[in-house]
Amino acid sequence: MKNKPIKVVLAKPGLDGHDQGAKVVARALMDAGCEVIYTGLRQTAEAVARIAQEEDPDVIALSSMAGSHVPFCEKLKPLLEQAGLGDKLWLIGGNLPRQDHARLRELGFRGIFPSSSRLDAIVQFVKANVP
Amino acid sequence: MNDRLRTSMRPVRNESGIEIQPLYTREDVERSGGEGFIGAPGEYPFVRGIHPLMYRHRPYTMRQYTGFGNPAETNKRFKYLIENGQTGLNVAFDLPTQCGLDSDDPLAAGEVGRVGMAVDTLRDFEIAFDGIDLERITVSLTVNGAAPQLIAMYLAMAEKRGYNLKNLRGTAQNDILKEFIGRGTWIYPVEPSVKLVGDTIEYCAVQAPKYSPVSVCGYHIRESGADPVQEMAYAFCIAKAYADEVIARGLDVDEFAGRLSFNFNVFGNIFEQACKFRAARGLWAKIVKEHYGAKKPESAWLRMIAGGGGGGLTFEQPEVNIVRGAYYALTAALAGAQTMALCCYDEAYTIPSEYAQRISLRTMQLLIEEMGLTDTVDPLGGSWYVETLTNLMRQKMEHVMAEVDAEGGIVKLVAEGAIQARVSAQAYRMQRAIEAGEFRKVGVNCYRADETEEPDVAMHPYNEEDARRQAESLAAARGSRDEKGVAQALAQVRAAAREGSNVMPAVVEAVKSYASVGEITHELAAVYGRYREPVRF
Repeated sequence: MKNKPIKVVLAKPGLDGHDQGAKVVARALMDAGCEVIYTGLRQTAEAVARIAQEEDPDVIALSSMAGSHVPFCEKLKPLLEQAGLGDKLWLIGGNLPRQDHARLRELGFRGIFPSSSRLDAIVQFVKANVP
Repeated sequence: MNDRLRTSMRPVRNESGIEIQPLYTREDVERSGGEGFIGAPGEYPFVRGIHPLMYRHRPYTMRQYTGFGNPAETNKRFKYLIENGQTGLNVAFDLPTQCGLDSDDPLAAGEVGRVGMAVDTLRDFEIAFDGIDLERITVSLTVNGAAPQLIAMYLAMAEKRGYNLKNLRGTAQNDILKEFIGRGTWIYPVEPSVKLVGDTIEYCAVQAPKYSPVSVCGYHIRESGADPVQEMAYAFCIAKAYADEVIARGLDVDEFAGRLSFNFNVFGNIFEQACKFRAARGLWAKIVKEHYGAKKPESAWLRMIAGGGGGGLTFEQPEVNIVRGAYYALTAALAGAQTMALCCYDEAYTIPSEYAQRISLRTMQLLIEEMGLTDTVDPLGGSWYVETLTNLMRQKMEHVMAEVDAEGGIVKLVAEGAIQARVSAQAYRMQRAIEAGEFRKVGVNCYRADETEEPDVAMHPYNEEDARRQAESLAAARGSRDEKGVAQALAQVRAAAREGSNVMPAVVEAVKSYASVGEITHELAAVYGRYREPVRF
């Protein structure tokens, strides 16, 4: 029997409009056999939690280029937990200064992929960490 | 050349897919279309430059992209750059401002003043440009979705300071179609967004005839993944869409075309990039003269800023970006750009430091002062390689433009998400080619260094305090204005939008009453609705 594909919700949080990276990662995940729900731009934390609850994915991924990742993730974490999505794999990529990585880990983001991360590394991480 | 040697060589293609020969001669120029479409500098088709003397008359304007925090803080950085010899300003606004939200809007939380300067009311423009001579320093406003408000604020601020709007120069980016392709600061659906661009062109043509109300951007389309040919072709399709919009209202092409300007990207192969600009000058001139029937020579000028693009810079070994930036500036000077800007070496990490900005500025000054780049017009002209490549690049751009037209035009393709899908597919192919080592990037897929060492980059601190002060300043501005007058002015904005007339006169009055960016957006969105992004792969 064929395994169900890994399902990923990939979101662009906040007002940041730089979506080249998010779309490239979405294509890489699709090429690797994942099902990707890309939210498009301008998602609030509430919207990301709602979409994730509706879609019930294995992976919740954010792409942030404009520096507001920490306040956004602080808002998102309790919402995802309330929605019963605390056990999913949470990832974040983008312009993420090294000094913020520990805080993002504390907030439950197990995969942190700053600019310059390779597509294969992201795909492998997803495959290795989705049960 | 020895044929056996030639056939044993690895073929070389540039990013636009043109195969590059090891040697060019006069015959190659002839085969590519000859030298009939070059002309003299300052003469149609302007391939060699839009002015007869180019930089001998006036060197390129240097205009670094700057803005952060609140208007007072940004004003200090503006003055620092001017003291260091910068000759124009290019203002960065924060995302809430660009998306038409006020600093106290819940959707703006955490983003006020983060990637640019926060602007809510006319008061902010008064502070930001305080003490800056707007005749000597030309100002470019990088705003698109909220462009009607900010153009209105700029004109109102200048008028208040006693400048004659008939002579006021400056530029607004105001290219909304490319925001749907890349960059993403759209507000309203595609069609009313194009209508608003038309409103600003029409308004400025009469009220501020020397102001450039639109700078059509290939730059961000390239940043989103387009190749150099797509960059120019899509930009010209977009420029034509705006021209068609105002011609349909009865404007003559010669009344506005001379004030259209362009913003393009520079990174990658030096010759491909330089020829891209030479080719584009000829192509735009041909479109304006032959398609639109312009009579005035200046209507056909491709006036452009060429910006050393972030897309070429690397996160790895960031100090090497200083050298990349120098080559980008060299290319822009060889290509005859009117204005130049460079992304700074630290931009993959942070908002540039003063130090990084100064290095970029000095890079551009070096070419003028030490390297002889402004001594003679179009120094690459007449090279068999350059003239051949210029012809081939122009033909490719025309081909891509014809494809867009055959598929129903750029407005339709953008509304459907088709251009976005094409550009992101190209971005993915390029990323794969880089990761496979097929497309070389120094420090990324060859000559890598130990990336565990901390790069020499000073992170720009985000000051929560600035955001709080900005919200307070907005509250103060609201507290001291005539609320009845504001309400009337806002009602006029909505009425103009509803009637389908030009909204700019009402927006200017609203801005003068200290109505905020967000309040005016609210009125326009009540009529136009808000954009919903088509997601297509």
